[in-house]
Amino acid sequence: MTPNATVQWFATGRRIFRGRWLATLGLAWLVLVVLAAVFAPLIVPYDPLEIDPVARLTEPGAAHFFGTDHFGRDTFSRSIYGARMAIVIGLGSVVVALLVGGLTGMISAYFTRLGAFLMRVVDVLMAFPALLLALVLMTILERSVMNTVLVIGIVYATTTARILFGMTLKLKNEVFIDAAVCSGAGHASVLFRHILPNLISPLLVQASFIFAFAQLQAAALDFLGLGLPPEVPSWGNMLSESRIYVTRAPWLLLFPGALIILSVFSMNLVGDALRDSIDPRFKNDIKGV
Amino acid sequence: MTTDAERPLLRVRDLKTHFTLKAGGLFSGTRKVLKAVDGVSFDLAPGEVLGIVGESGCGKSTVGRTLTRLEDATGGTAEFDGQEMLSLSKADFRPLRREIQMIFQDPFASLNPRLTIEQTLSEPVRIHGLETTREAIRERIARTLTQVGLDPKVMSRHPHEFSGGQRQRIGIARVMIVEPKLVIADEAVSALDVSIQAQVLNLIKDLQTESGISMLFISHDLGVVRHICDRVAVMYLGRIVETAPRATLFSAPSHPYTKLLLASIPRIRPGRVAAEDRGEPASAAAPPPGCPFHPRCGLATDICRSERPLPVDLGNGQFSACHHAGNQQGEAA
Ligand SMILES: Nc1ncnc2c1ncn2[C@@H]1O[C@H](COP(=O)(O)OP(=O)(O)O)[C@@H](O)[C@H]1O
Ligand code: SF4
Ligand SMILES: [Mg+2]
Repeated sequence: MTPNATVQWFATGRRIFRGRWLATLGLAWLVLVVLAAVFAPLIVPYDPLEIDPVARLTEPGAAHFFGTDHFGRDTFSRSIYGARMAIVIGLGSVVVALLVGGLTGMISAYFTRLGAFLMRVVDVLMAFPALLLALVLMTILERSVMNTVLVIGIVYATTTARILFGMTLKLKNEVFIDAAVCSGAGHASVLFRHILPNLISPLLVQASFIFAFAQLQAAALDFLGLGLPPEVPSWGNMLSESRIYVTRAPWLLLFPGALIILSVFSMNLVGDALRDSIDPRFKNDIKGV
Repeated sequence: MTTDAERPLLRVRDLKTHFTLKAGGLFSGTRKVLKAVDGVSFDLAPGEVLGIVGESGCGKSTVGRTLTRLEDATGGTAEFDGQEMLSLSKADFRPLRREIQMIFQDPFASLNPRLTIEQTLSEPVRIHGLETTREAIRERIARTLTQVGLDPKVMSRHPHEFSGGQRQRIGIARVMIVEPKLVIADEAVSALDVSIQAQVLNLIKDLQTESGISMLFISHDLGVVRHICDRVAVMYLGRIVETAPRATLFSAPSHPYTKLLLASIPRIRPGRVAAEDRGEPASAAAPPPGCPFHPRCGLATDICRSERPLPVDLGNGQFSACHHAGNQQGEAA
């Protein structure tokens, strides 16, 4: 990035977060989560998978900040690696949702005949509550990181498709699209060179909401034993395992629970701040997912 | 301007563009047909500027949009340089896009806010393969920007950094950069401040004279049309009611509707009352039978209410679609 562009990014960031203390705190928290995820191996005092039968269900203290679980695994180390999973699930779901949903919405709005059919399919999928749809899909599929990402991504692809459908419909009637056609632009050029760049900021907002809700979905699937494989240190799995020990070892519930809530809340705050900063034309299109 | 020996650059015959409007509920499906353009014919000679005037909603823009294939024609033909173009597939029409260009009305809406001027102007050059190297493309952009009176340095900027007049110059540059044969200008200066209108209008006129392109100049403003056009066609409810060389149209209009339009331009003697009451134009969705102008026409007789008038040749290139056209003026000269 050129220094100029960096300055511009910085200025935009300031404009969006100025006077919004909660959103700024949320952003700070997310930065922490990302740092934890990236530098996890350097931070953790123990191997998150290492079993220590002697230290089973140790209370939080100097040796184990967040205590240990029923296998004697260090909850702090598992929480740090859980941040990795949170980012992987969040980013993965966002990519799948935006690619599948975004393309479906844009193409449906542009090619109206095909679109009428595609959006009908989207409507049918949207008739199911998000979690139910995810549950049904996950019962068919094997538990894995990949499948969890795919399923959550597909679930949120429906709302993304709806939103992009509406926005593309508006944009395709813009005069500059007619002008591009008169310049000789073909379908691909109109869609990806002229329409898509005008959708970047609303897409970013949409992405932040999907990122947040994907955490809840993933936690719910993990909790129900349908998400990530049980040995994977994710916040949802940790929460799920804590159930049986909740009276003897409440910290097992407390720490991953707090991490999930804080992160989801932060992402929502950031999403709200982004939404308020975008083109007013599209504000009503995005109502969360 | 038009001599019979010359083949017209554009030959439009009985052009029709009808829109199907869905009215009523989701399932009732009653469809109404709006005949925005309903049988328009004209020729445009090489190097000629033909004005199309008429009240808002009479179908002027739709004529322009149909001839650029932004709308699909419902009927009729349009020969460009001898080639029928309305029946071409979109792919076969693509090479013609270079030859037929359009200047849009709203200079704020017609430029993609996300693209720099260089990106916008390079698009047609790349698509039509007019230059191959990046350097050559930039050079061509610089040349064209100079041509429309802008500093070539502006090419790295985004549209929001320009005023309305400057943006319209950019819009004109986008048209001129491909060296078209036909330019359709749809209300090209109507959205601009009056103080800017004359500048942009002069620019268009100069560019047209220098390059000898043919032009279809669409406007609701007779004053503007008078400034730039060789010949003028007057439209009413999707049809051309009168065509005449500029001087004739303004000094000796034939059609009652043309007279009404002329009477309504603000002019030297503002106290003078218009010849007829200026009623509301009838709707294109439900045009009156016979002569579409008859509900507003002071000269209307029985035949006007039942039969659609055909254009009458009044000589010297003047045509008027009025049952009483010949009589009013005395027999055609
Ligand atoms: N895409 C469209 N769909 C339906 N009706 C249209 C469309 N475009 C124009 N019209 C209608 O066609 C008529 C002529 O419009 P237009 O060509 O824009 O008139 P003008 O440019 O002379 O003001 C108007 O009644 C307008 O509402
Ligand atoms: S045909 Fe009749 S109604 Fe129509 S303009 Fe002529 S005189 Fe008027
Ligand atoms: Mg118009």
